[in-house]
Amino acid sequence: MLITLSSFDLSMAAILVMLLGLLSWQMKLGVTKQLYIAALRTTVQLMLIGLVLKSLFASTHLLFIVLIAFVMVAVAGWEILSRQQRKLRGWWGFGISTGSLFVSSFIITLLCLVTVINADPWYHPQYAIPLLGMLLGNTMTGIALGMDRLVQTAWNQRPVIEQRLMLGQSAELAIRDIRKEAMRAGMIPIINSMAAAGVVSLPGMMTGQILAGAPPVEAVKYQILIMFMVSSGTGFGVISVLWLISKRLFDERERLCFKQLLQIQDNTKR
Amino acid sequence: MNLLTIKNLEFLHVGPLSFQVEAKQCVAISGSSGSGKTLILRALADLDDHLGDVILDDISQQEVKPHNWRRKVAMLSAESYWWFDTVGEHFDDIDQQQLEALGFDEDVSNWQISRLSSGEKQRLGLLRLLENNPQVLLLDEPTANLDKKNETLFENFVLEYLDCSSACAIWVSHDLEQINRVANKKYELKNGELF
Repeated sequence: MLITLSSFDLSMAAILVMLLGLLSWQMKLGVTKQLYIAALRTTVQLMLIGLVLKSLFASTHLLFIVLIAFVMVAVAGWEILSRQQRKLRGWWGFGISTGSLFVSSFIITLLCLVTVINADPWYHPQYAIPLLGMLLGNTMTGIALGMDRLVQTAWNQRPVIEQRLMLGQSAELAIRDIRKEAMRAGMIPIINSMAAAGVVSLPGMMTGQILAGAPPVEAVKYQILIMFMVSSGTGFGVISVLWLISKRLFDERERLCFKQLLQIQDNTKR
Repeated sequence: MNLLTIKNLEFLHVGPLSFQVEAKQCVAISGSSGSGKTLILRALADLDDHLGDVILDDISQQEVKPHNWRRKVAMLSAESYWWFDTVGEHFDDIDQQQLEALGFDEDVSNWQISRLSSGEKQRLGLLRLLENNPQVLLLDEPTANLDKKNETLFENFVLEYLDCSSACAIWVSHDLEQINRVANKKYELKNGELF
C-alpha cells in the first residue's frame, strides 16, 4: 500500500523549516536566508526532476537516457571541482573529476544493470537513472574529499616533497604518504556509513522503499547492493583521481610542478 | 674520476654558464641574495627546468633517471625538512663515528624531530644526504644556522668527505671568510654571470 502525500502534508513540514528560519533570525544566527534559498531550490529542482523522470519513464529510448546520464556525470564533475579549496586548471580539472566519476559511477551502474538487475530492456530508466543518481551523489562526496586532501596536503608540504626528491626518492615514493592520507579521507565517510548501517542509521533508500510499501527484506537487499556499489565506486574513483593527479603533480623529470595542475602563478622559480 | 662538467647552463635571467668541478675540489659561489645562487644548485640537481647540459663522468643528466641523478648529485638546502616523528626513521643506519665527528655524542636515532634545533637539523640533514654516497655535493648556505664551533665541525666534515670519497662540492655562501677556508676555486654570481 502506498500512502501518497498531499500538498497539505508537505506544507506541514515546510512550516517547520519556516519556524527554524524565524528562530535563527531572532537569535541572529545568520542561516535564515541560506536555509530558505536551499529549501526553495530543493522544492523546485526535485519537482522538475519529478517531471523529467515521469516523461523519461514513459519513453525507453536508449539515446535519450544516455544523454541524461552524461549530463548528470558532467554536473557532478563540476560539483566536485567547485568543492576544491585550490582551483584546478580548467579542462584538466574537469577531465580528472568527470573521468573519475565515469569510472566510479557510470561503469559500475552499467555493470550492475547488465549483470544484477536484469530489467527489460536493461537500460530501463526506472532502474538506470535512480541507480546512477545514487552512485553519483555518494561517490562524488568521497572523490571530492580525496582530491581536496591530496592537492591541499601536497601544496602545504611542498618543501617536504622537494626534500624527499633531493634525497633521491622517486616521485612515487615522495608522494606516497600523502596519497595514502587522501585515500583515507575519501573512503572514511562510506566506510563509516557501512559500519553504522542498520545499527545507528537506517539508510535513506531503504527507508524510502519501506515507506513505499516494499517488504523490508527486499529493501535491505537493495540497500546492501547499493552500499557495495557506492563503496567500490568511491574507492575506484578516488584511486583514479589520486593516480591522475599525482601524475600531473610531477613533470617528466620528477620535478614538483604545480603549474600543470593549479591556476597559479608559478612562483617556485622565484 | 668524478668530474662535473657544466655546459651552457641557462634559466630565467642566469647564464649561459660553463664550468668544471674536479674530484676533491670545492667550488664556492657567492653573490647578493636574489642573484640566483640557489637556482643554480636546483638546476644542477635537476629540480628546476633549465637549458644546457650537466655531465658527470661522461654521463649526461638527461640520460639518467632523475632520482638516480639526485642520489649522485645531492643538494642540501638551507633548511632541511623531516617527515617522520623520530630521527632514526629517516635513516637506513646511522653511522656512530660520523655522528661524533659532527658533534653528537650520543645516540640520536630516538630523538623527536620536533625537539631538534635548526642547527641540529642541518647537521643531521647532511648525514642523511651522505647515506646515498653522493659524488657531488651541492651546499646551499649550509651553515647559516650553526654556531661557530659547529660551523667548523661541519666544514671539516665536508672537506674530509670530499677527500675520502673523491667527491666534489659546490658551496654557496655569502660568508667570504668561510669561502676562503673551504674553497679552492671561487666565483661570484653577478647579473647572471660567474666572475
